[in-house]
Amino acid sequence: MAWETVLLLLIVFAGTSGELCVTRAMKTIGEVHDFRPSSLLRVMLRAIQVPWMWLGVALMAVAFFSLLGALSMENVSFVVPVTALSYAAGALGGQVFLGERVSRRRWLGVLLVCIGVTLVFLGRK
Amino acid sequence: MTSSAGLHLKTFVLIFFMILFGPLGNVSLSKGMKTIGAISLHSPGDLLRIGVQILQSPFIWLGVLLLLMFFVSYLLVLSWADYSFVQPAGSIAYAVVALWAHFLLKEPISPTRWAGVCVICLGVLIVGHTSEQK
Repeated sequence: MAWETVLLLLIVFAGTSGELCVTRAMKTIGEVHDFRPSSLLRVMLRAIQVPWMWLGVALMAVAFFSLLGALSMENVSFVVPVTALSYAAGALGGQVFLGERVSRRRWLGVLLVCIGVTLVFLGRK
Repeated sequence: MTSSAGLHLKTFVLIFFMILFGPLGNVSLSKGMKTIGAISLHSPGDLLRIGVQILQSPFIWLGVLLLLMFFVSYLLVLSWADYSFVQPAGSIAYAVVALWAHFLLKEPISPTRWAGVCVICLGVLIVGHTSEQK
């Protein structure tokens, strides 16, 4: 149970930080207009030159292997809903580390996610 | 929802791909890992053995391929649309995972768990709907 909790926490925290890093990297590249394979390849080549992309991918790899570990022990209908806790982590992290002002309505959403995850835990049978 | 510039057809197509490929990828990984069985690590050799088993599982490869397709759609859409728009649009994926798990993997899902999944979808939707305001 303890081992499983560590894996779930890693999925949530490494996954969320990874996504934020990747988002930052893609924003420095700019909007993709052209969907031909050669242009997509060029976008990918530019993307791998952004350090944020590497950090993001590394974090997402950690989250991925944690996901594999968790899926070997638990049902996917348990593991994936629990990872929604990343919304709580995002709101909390935004406020604590980035000094963002998180609206009351957003906290309401986070609260609902937490209630939902609790129900998923309770419905474990 | 506002009619912001991010709402073109290509945004919807790519979000549809995310909702299609993401949950199917997770379900496929789950199938693969269930075939391998619960991981117990007692020695470094165990890690290697499990690594080899993972690489030999067709379901893991299918799952990785689907998640890669999900990831590429996600990266592309993030190059123009806001994270705070894309993330809530994907909230339905939580329900889709549960549906696939139930119908493809025959996972028993209690009414409490279904309720939890629905509340999570609603919560994720609200979280995203508010974060576009500054």
